[in-house]
Amino acid sequence: MRVLIAKPGLDGHDRGAKVIARALRDAGYEVIYTGIRQTPEMIAEAALQEDVDAIGLSILSGAHMTLFPRIMDELRARALDDVVVWAGGIIPEADIPKLREMGIRAIFGPGSPTTDTINFLRSLSGEPAAAVER
Amino acid sequence: MNTRAAPADELARRLVEGDKLALSRLITAVESGRADARRALRCLYPRTGHAHIVGVTGPPGSGKSTLTTRLALEYRAQDKTVGIVAVDPTSPFSGGAILGDRVRMMELHSDSGVFMRSMATRGVLGGLARSTLDVILLLDAFGKDVVLVETVGVGQDEVEIARAADTTLVVGVPGLGDDIQAIKAGILEIADVLVVNKADLAGADRLAAELRTMLQLAEQRSEWPTPILRTVATEGTGVPELVERIAEHLAFLERTGKWRQRRADNARRQVRAIVEDRLASRFDVVTAGTAWADRFTAIAKREQDPYSVADDVLREVARDGV
Repeated sequence: MRVLIAKPGLDGHDRGAKVIARALRDAGYEVIYTGIRQTPEMIAEAALQEDVDAIGLSILSGAHMTLFPRIMDELRARALDDVVVWAGGIIPEADIPKLREMGIRAIFGPGSPTTDTINFLRSLSGEPAAAVER
Repeated sequence: MNTRAAPADELARRLVEGDKLALSRLITAVESGRADARRALRCLYPRTGHAHIVGVTGPPGSGKSTLTTRLALEYRAQDKTVGIVAVDPTSPFSGGAILGDRVRMMELHSDSGVFMRSMATRGVLGGLARSTLDVILLLDAFGKDVVLVETVGVGQDEVEIARAADTTLVVGVPGLGDDIQAIKAGILEIADVLVVNKADLAGADRLAAELRTMLQLAEQRSEWPTPILRTVATEGTGVPELVERIAEHLAFLERTGKWRQRRADNARRQVRAIVEDRLASRFDVVTAGTAWADRFTAIAKREQDPYSVADDVLREVARDGV
């Protein structure tokens, strides 16, 4: 399974994204890591060219309500409706229902163990949840 | 319209029409070894052979990704379309991989004339992934003028790229060891163009001089005198000259008939690799039963020997056909 880890927007702090990328690598995923300051177009285009099954968006800046809908639009414009999108970072509880409505399938806040993300991805491919350390 | 489940011949048809998503999904099908993808490759093969395939190899941290990006920008400035295949290593422990070459290729993201794909080695040694050749072929079929192939960071012996590329760049950097440890025997010999990257660092002159001496010591096997070029990839310094040399190399290959020779040699290796692959999977099928498991146990007990058992396996494979 191929996964894209992307950081939309302008915040320059990508430790969380790197921790997730590393944990997913250790769980056997091929992780395409694109670095910071990605525009919605760049994220969608990378997802298309790399043919990923899922995209993890890491965001801390608070711009998710602006950027996420644009990312979903860009994905749809490229006929990538079958790519699963999830998010992690600092996202207020109140925004979660709206993000879900937009098609963001899972949201992991600060302190979530990386196993939550791994088990989420496993459930997509019908694999049983596994107790992964960390 | 679910392209992920679409049959490969349908994807191939759409690829030819310029559909990027079809190209991307067909690459996945090829990479995962789908049987219908092999048929699609057969159909597309006659459309290929037009792209100039340029390999970029060198030790980790020598600036391959940055240089590849700069090369792509230079080709785009010349109005040539570019495909990029960047190979990164798969973890031998988890089977996962972090494919990070896009980080350095930010400038190319918004350019519709560039298609860039990351590949994991998936356990294959030699600097490329098993299906890298097929992915190059698909980018060629898609109509890319130049296909840049960036290998994993290599040591001294990963020379597979020379079997895939028309022109191979070996990238070295100053400061990696006294005696240019990073680019001696094997890897130095495959270079059509040697690049001293990070040429603004101390030691660049010495590296260039050492490389020149080494080339002079080596037996001249070709009328093509391997040029040594200096670049500072982060700034683009030396890249237009590099692109010029790469074009000269292609012209040299065509003028001397070596292009066809090289591609014929590569074709032989490719056919051999395909045959080995198929024999390996036949081997797995043929020896799956308990009867063979018993024979392997018998070998362990020294009641039989592996050489005779291998003869029997080969007879079986030949009888069933591959």
